[in-house]
Amino acid sequence: MTGMAGAVAIDISKLVKRYGSTAAVDGLDLTIQQGEVFGLLGPNGAGKTTTLKIMTTLLRPTSGTVTVLGHDVVADADAVRRLIGYVPQERAVDRLLTAREHLELFADLYHLSPAVAAPRIQEALRLVDLADRVNDPVGKFSGGMKKRVEIACGLLHDPKILFLDEPTLGLDVQSRSQVWNHIRQLKQRGMTVVINSNYLEEADQLCDRLAIIDRGRLRALGSPRELKRGLGGDIVTVSLEKAVAQPQQLRQALQAVAGVREVSVDGTSARLALARETGLSAIVEQVRQAGGELQAVHYTHPTLEEVFIHYTGHKIREEAIQ
Amino acid sequence: MNPYWQETGALTRRWFRRLLRERMTLIFGLFQPMLWLLLFGSSFKNATNPLAFGTGNYFAFMTAGVVVMTVLNSGLAGGVDLIFDRETGFLDRLLASPIARSSIIVSRFLFVSALSALQILIILGTALLLHVVPATGLAGIGAILLVGVLLGVGLTALSLGLAFKISSHSGFFSLIGFITLPLIFISSALVSVETMPVWLKAVALLNPMTWTINAVRSLILHGWLWTQLVIVIGALIAFDIGCVTLSSRILRRAVG
Ligand SMILES: Nc1ncnc2c1ncn2[C@@H]1O[C@H](COP(=O)(O)OP(=O)(O)O)[C@@H](O)[C@H]1O
Ligand SMILES: [Mg+2]
Repeated sequence: MTGMAGAVAIDISKLVKRYGSTAAVDGLDLTIQQGEVFGLLGPNGAGKTTTLKIMTTLLRPTSGTVTVLGHDVVADADAVRRLIGYVPQERAVDRLLTAREHLELFADLYHLSPAVAAPRIQEALRLVDLADRVNDPVGKFSGGMKKRVEIACGLLHDPKILFLDEPTLGLDVQSRSQVWNHIRQLKQRGMTVVINSNYLEEADQLCDRLAIIDRGRLRALGSPRELKRGLGGDIVTVSLEKAVAQPQQLRQALQAVAGVREVSVDGTSARLALARETGLSAIVEQVRQAGGELQAVHYTHPTLEEVFIHYTGHKIREEAIQ
Repeated sequence: MNPYWQETGALTRRWFRRLLRERMTLIFGLFQPMLWLLLFGSSFKNATNPLAFGTGNYFAFMTAGVVVMTVLNSGLAGGVDLIFDRETGFLDRLLASPIARSSIIVSRFLFVSALSALQILIILGTALLLHVVPATGLAGIGAILLVGVLLGVGLTALSLGLAFKISSHSGFFSLIGFITLPLIFISSALVSVETMPVWLKAVALLNPMTWTINAVRSLILHGWLWTQLVIVIGALIAFDIGCVTLSSRILRRAVG
C-alpha cells in the first residue's frame, strides 16, 4: 500500500477553539497530505493538543471546520473515528491489563471479528517488539514499552491516519529512537502520520512537513529543509593553516563570488554568509589564489531552533532546570 | 456479532478484569457487607429493645439495612473507574474509537449491577447462616435483587455524572463520603424510624434509603406487602430515569 501523494488527508479551515476568553487555537488554516509525516511543532500551551483533539473528534471547535479524508469531524464523527488511530499525550494505558488484553479490548471497540483480530494483534505486537511480553500487566512496563503498547492499540484497525501527541515525551534516548523507527515504518507502509512535538530534533528527523505553531496560530509551514533554507542564512567557515598576507584582498575576492552576501576575515579564518546555496569550489579557488592554505571548510545550515526563534520571537523551551 | 454488544461486552469485561486484579478491592467489596452484618448485628443484639425492630432477631432486622447500604456504596463508587480513565487519558482513547458513547455507561451499569447482585447474595447467604430466612422465599430474593439493581443503576448514573462534573478525584471521594454517612445514619438502616425523635424521624422519612430499606425489610421479615413494593419499585424507576437523564446531559457536555 502506498499513500496517494497529493491527495488531501486533513483540511483545517479557520479553526478556532476558545476556553473562556483565551483562544487555544486562534484561526488555523492547514492542509495535510496523504502519506506524509506531518508535525505540529510548538512550545507548551501552543494549542497542539487542542488541535489534535479536534482532528480526532474529541473536542468540538468553537468555529471553523476540519475534515478528515473528506469527513467533517463534528457532523460525521463516527466515520472519522473508523479511519484514524489516536495515541494521546499521557501514558494512556490500563496498568491492570496485559498488553494482549489491551489489544483485545481495542479489537472489540473497532468491531473486528475474532478471525480478523487474531492475526492483526500478532502483527501489531511484532511491529512494536512486544511479542514476548504480551501476558504481563502493563503497569510493570517501562515508559517506552507503555508507549509501544499504545501505538500497537492505535494500529489494530489499520487506520489511514495515525495521530500521536508528543509520542516521545519523557522517554529515554533509546526508547525515543525506537518510537521514531516505528513511525518511519508506518510511513513506509503508506500511512499518514500526524505528530505533536516540542522536540526540535524529533520534528527535524521525522517529519516531511512541519507547522510551527505558537499561541494558537500558524507561524511557518514547510519541510524542515525548506524552513531552514527559508531563513537564507547558510554559513561557510573557511579555516586556514596560517593568516594570509593580504586579508583585505581575500575578503574582496570572496565577496565577489556569486551568492555570497557578506564576508569577514579574521586572522586564520573567513566567515561567509550566503544569500543562497552556493558551490564550494569557487570559494576554495579564491582562497587558493589569494595564497591561503586551506585547513578546513564548514558548511552549516541554520538549525530548526533558529527557524523557530525567527518565526516566533522566542525559544521553544526554557532551558531545562538541572 | 452486533457491534453494540461487542463493544459493551468488551468494556464490561474490562471492569471485571480490573476488579479481579485489584485483590484488596475485591476482598473488601465482597466481605465488608458480611462483616457489617456480623458486627452491627452482634453489637446491637443485646443492647436494644426488640420491640423497636418488629422482630426479636436483630440480624433479620439488619439484613435489609446492610443490603441497601452495600448497594449505596457500590453505586456511588460506580463513577470512580472513569475518573481514573479520564486522568490517565484512557477515556480519550475509548472516545476516539467508533463506539456508541452510551456503551461506556451501559457497561458500568452492567458491572455495578452484577457486583451488587453478588454482594446481595453474599449478605443473604450470611444471614441464612444466622437463621434469617426471607419470609418471601426465593421469589423474595429475586425481588430484593431487582430493588438492589434498580437502586444501583440510578446511583451509578449519579456517580458518573458527578465524576464528570467534579474535576479532581479527591473532591469526588470527599463528596461521596459526605453524602453516604447521613444517608445511612438518618435512615431505617440501623434502627426503626418509630424509635427516632420526631425531627429525626421526619428527616429519615424524606430519605429514599428509608423507603427502599423498608421494602426490602418487609420482604425478609413479613412477606409480600404489594402496595409498598410497587410504590418503591415505581419510585426507583423514576429515580433511575431522572439520574440517567441528568447524567447523560452532563456527560454529553463533557465528552460530546
Ligand atoms: N480544558 C481547558 N480549559 C481551559 N483552558 C485550556 C483547556 N485545555 C487547554 N487549555 C489552554 O489552551 C492552551 C493550549 O493548550 P494545549 O492545546 O494543551 O497546548 P499544547 O498541547 O500545545 O501544549 C493553553 O493555554 C491551555 O492552558
Ligand atoms: Mg499538548
